[in-house]
Amino acid sequence: MSLTINQRTTGDVSILDLSGKITIGAGSVQLREAIRKLIDNGSKKILLNVGDVSYVDSSGIGELVNSFTNTNKVGGVLKLLNLTKKIQDLLAITKLLTVFETFTSEEEALNSFNK
Amino acid sequence: MEQNASTIALTINSSFKFTELVASVTDNITQIVGFGEEEAHWISLSVRESVINAIKHGNKLDSNKAVDVMFIISEESITISVRDYGEGFDPTHIPDPLDPTNLLNPSGRGIFYMRTFMDEVDFSSHPQGGTIVKMLKRRVISETTE
Repeated sequence: MSLTINQRTTGDVSILDLSGKITIGAGSVQLREAIRKLIDNGSKKILLNVGDVSYVDSSGIGELVNSFTNTNKVGGVLKLLNLTKKIQDLLAITKLLTVFETFTSEEEALNSFNK
Repeated sequence: MEQNASTIALTINSSFKFTELVASVTDNITQIVGFGEEEAHWISLSVRESVINAIKHGNKLDSNKAVDVMFIISEESITISVRDYGEGFDPTHIPDPLDPTNLLNPSGRGIFYMRTFMDEVDFSSHPQGGTIVKMLKRRVISETTE
């Protein structure tokens, strides 16, 4: 299994704790499926905790973008928590840090959904 | 070829499961050459991206078509060539992923990452068909004055 996804809920925010690789094939597909299920179940506030993601390639970055746009399409919001240095670099050089709202504190991230 | 350079070559079928194998070989080689952890990570990512492109866009996921990967290593640098057996493509017609209209595209960042992390990236057509991507990364050798 390249990506492990644990789901939990705090208030009306769905949190996905991701661990492992988000790369072409399994990891990207697993993330897409997890987001689709959340959206199908009516989740509108999604927080992706990527602190334990060890490896991301361009497909993985593409899947984060997909997750963001698919959530937006249903009027929802998706934010990122605990970016690793490498994920931050990949997002920064493709200007995606201007797109994603990112947090280093879960508490701050949760509070931001209700502002 | 540079004096004292070594060549390592491997050929895989067009299946994404083999990208992990190529990445592992790349990690071993960058360790041998002496790249630091961060540089090694980005070299490995660039190789992975080029192999994925060769499988997906070059060989169009045809598992019967091969992808050839060749590493030339020296004390100063690593050069990686990745060849597919597809129809070829024009690298000048790749949308700019930094264009505001493309920022939310789910794909189209692989070659941009390769060009960012490697010192040189060149695309050429093989005379017998297919595309060759040649990437070079120089090793920064610190001079000690002690």
